[in-house]
Amino acid sequence: MDLTLEEFAAQVGPDGPVTVAGSGSQGGAVVEVRSVTAPSGIERIDAAEMVVECGAATPVDELRDALAEHGQTVALPPGGTVGGTLAVGRSDVTRLGHGPMRDVLLQTRYVSAAGKVTKAGGPTVKNVSGFDLCRLFVGSYGTLGFFGDVILRTRPMARTTRWFRSDRDPLELLRDVHRPVALLWDGASTSVRLDGDDGDIARAVDRFDLRDAPGPPPLPGPHRWSLPPAQAMDAARSVDGSFVVELGVGVVHHSGGIERPEPDAAIRALHDRIKHEFDPTGRLNPGVDPLSPPAVG
Amino acid sequence: MTVRSGTFRSVAHRTGADEVVDALCAVIEPSKVRSGATEVRLYRRDASNMTGRAGAVVFAETTADVQAAVRVADRFGVPFLARGSGTGLAGGAVPPDGAIVISTSKMNRILSVDAINRQAWVEPGVLNLDLSKQIAHLGVHFAPDPSSQQTCSIGGNVANNSGGPHCLADGVTSAHVLALEVVLPDGSVTVLGGEAPEPDGLDLRGAFVGSEGMFGVATKVCVRLMQNPPDVATMLMEFDSVADGAQLVSDIIADGIVPAAVEMMDRLCLVAVEAWLHAGLPTHAAAALLIECVGESGQVAYDVARIKELASERGVANVRTAADDAERAVLWKGRKGAFGAVAQIKPNYYLHDTVVPRARLAEVIEKVYEITARYGIDVINVFHAGDGNLHPLLVYDAREEGMVDKVHAAGREIVTFSVGVGGVLSGEHGIGLEKRDLMPLMFSEIDLSAQESLRRAFDPKLIANPNKVLPNPATCGDMHAVPDGAWI
Repeated sequence: MDLTLEEFAAQVGPDGPVTVAGSGSQGGAVVEVRSVTAPSGIERIDAAEMVVECGAATPVDELRDALAEHGQTVALPPGGTVGGTLAVGRSDVTRLGHGPMRDVLLQTRYVSAAGKVTKAGGPTVKNVSGFDLCRLFVGSYGTLGFFGDVILRTRPMARTTRWFRSDRDPLELLRDVHRPVALLWDGASTSVRLDGDDGDIARAVDRFDLRDAPGPPPLPGPHRWSLPPAQAMDAARSVDGSFVVELGVGVVHHSGGIERPEPDAAIRALHDRIKHEFDPTGRLNPGVDPLSPPAVG
Repeated sequence: MTVRSGTFRSVAHRTGADEVVDALCAVIEPSKVRSGATEVRLYRRDASNMTGRAGAVVFAETTADVQAAVRVADRFGVPFLARGSGTGLAGGAVPPDGAIVISTSKMNRILSVDAINRQAWVEPGVLNLDLSKQIAHLGVHFAPDPSSQQTCSIGGNVANNSGGPHCLADGVTSAHVLALEVVLPDGSVTVLGGEAPEPDGLDLRGAFVGSEGMFGVATKVCVRLMQNPPDVATMLMEFDSVADGAQLVSDIIADGIVPAAVEMMDRLCLVAVEAWLHAGLPTHAAAALLIECVGESGQVAYDVARIKELASERGVANVRTAADDAERAVLWKGRKGAFGAVAQIKPNYYLHDTVVPRARLAEVIEKVYEITARYGIDVINVFHAGDGNLHPLLVYDAREEGMVDKVHAAGREIVTFSVGVGGVLSGEHGIGLEKRDLMPLMFSEIDLSAQESLRRAFDPKLIANPNKVLPNPATCGDMHAVPDGAWI
């Protein structure tokens, strides 16, 4: 890494407002606040352990390229830094097959509000030693601590990856296609990503009338809804505009917006107590509230 | 200090406890509240070898019952803990002094199942295997499958973030819980996470799973269901050396294949299991790997062929492939029943649960043999090799003088060595009381204080299953529940 954890901790320091800058792809650092940058660089790729260890400022694209040379990949969407992507915590359209981003982070050494390097989680793919701070930190928008370095769970790249389109009933596809990586419905047809064995994929093509597609469909924006998957299709249709529904997941990419539900009082109180415990003076990413997250493109 | 059964004091000696029981009976149907000496004695322990002391037991049937019990605990400042089936091995459900034990075993309904979107709401007392059996006709299952799955509950799985052989490919409980209705330690009821994939805010669901009852009580659980695989292949591979078998595990993963399960049994385990199962297990082998590949037929065929090639390069002595579901069931029965089989050897056992990098498996197992031999203890190794999750089973006779101390000393060496090679304290059993005081092997004071911060945020009064997981001397001063026989 280009910076040691101790050097990063010294930059964060023990007091005064501070924000952490990644690549700016996910909304960027807090403006008009002293800004620090986490260590960058890949320390270790171990395909036999299905893990990678890297600095939080490492670009995801660089990480994915390096992993590909070892036949591995990681369920982080491209474009940002590893730390920024984890801090926002939003998966890409492969969530149906590859799971949510929160399952990727095995261990982190972060810098706390007191400016101390603090370890959460453990280096192995299976670990229940102590409370699960890693999952708490994914999606916490850097309000509880700043990621310094991370150990991520990787997965082997599929032997074949292909995108298709299908006009079949989307619920039939959701019910019957075996473990698709993505099913994306735009109101007329469904994009299907299948990973795996060529013979299996050929059988699915025949069975479900799949036709080749160059890749995933363009995702409408600027809105990203999160709904129970059983409600997502009807909800998407009920609002004017273009949309893509992640079937079986419940994320809707839509040109129109909907109201977000208000969190209940117990959830608000828990958030306030957690923030107070981890950052009593509110110095980390001041003004950012994970319960009212900034809009992300 | 040890609280043995003979030293248990009756409720009459504890007027404070009487008040608590009266308060419970005022807000919960009295037939659901038990405080008789014999009844509370039944709830003084879990499946570990530690015992504590319950003040009262509440057999909750609804969220309202749980909430009422927690509010009484909050009002009187007495500890409470939720209890599922009591199959935990780390003492997580051992009640601290006078605790209100809230049994969720009667909250055992499957509330809803959506087989298309693969979600189900269940109550915490639903048994793990019952859930998968009840929904099998819909073509789906709940992936975590601890060896205790016939008796352990979903609520207990949530508390311990339980694993099982088939978590290699699909992940442990946290990856299969979408939402939790919980009673927080202040008595408020809320939902953490949600059916929606990206609820605003912190992942409180993720923080709660694996919190060993210290963040509150889960009263409803929304679980993720997985499609049943169209094809399954199960192989038993024999090896003349443990090291060859262990190395094959790394070879398989490094080759880009992630089987559904990769389990190892060593010779003493094979001998013990074969003695009662009579399944033709290779009792002459140094070790056997039970490998299962699932998925579509093309993928399964490819994986099986490639694994056989890799095994051949590692000198596999024999490969037995299950011909049908019946043979597959027998092979799995041997694996999951291994712990019971040790009664063939000695009357007592102590089961460990560390995780090490796969590449270090062979070295750590050799070390386990060396340590146990030095102490004169028999050891069986039967474990989730694919995850690097070791389960050395120290087999002994507690009546032999000094043997219990030797077992504890050997265990501590095994755990310390595992962490030293880049492993962790527990893969699926949790920390509980058992490994509480070993947490500093993995975590600094700063690291532990961060975990304590999260706990205080959920439970400012520290009444939810106190004295577990964190070795904070400030909070374990009145912990009288750890017996002499406990290894902590």
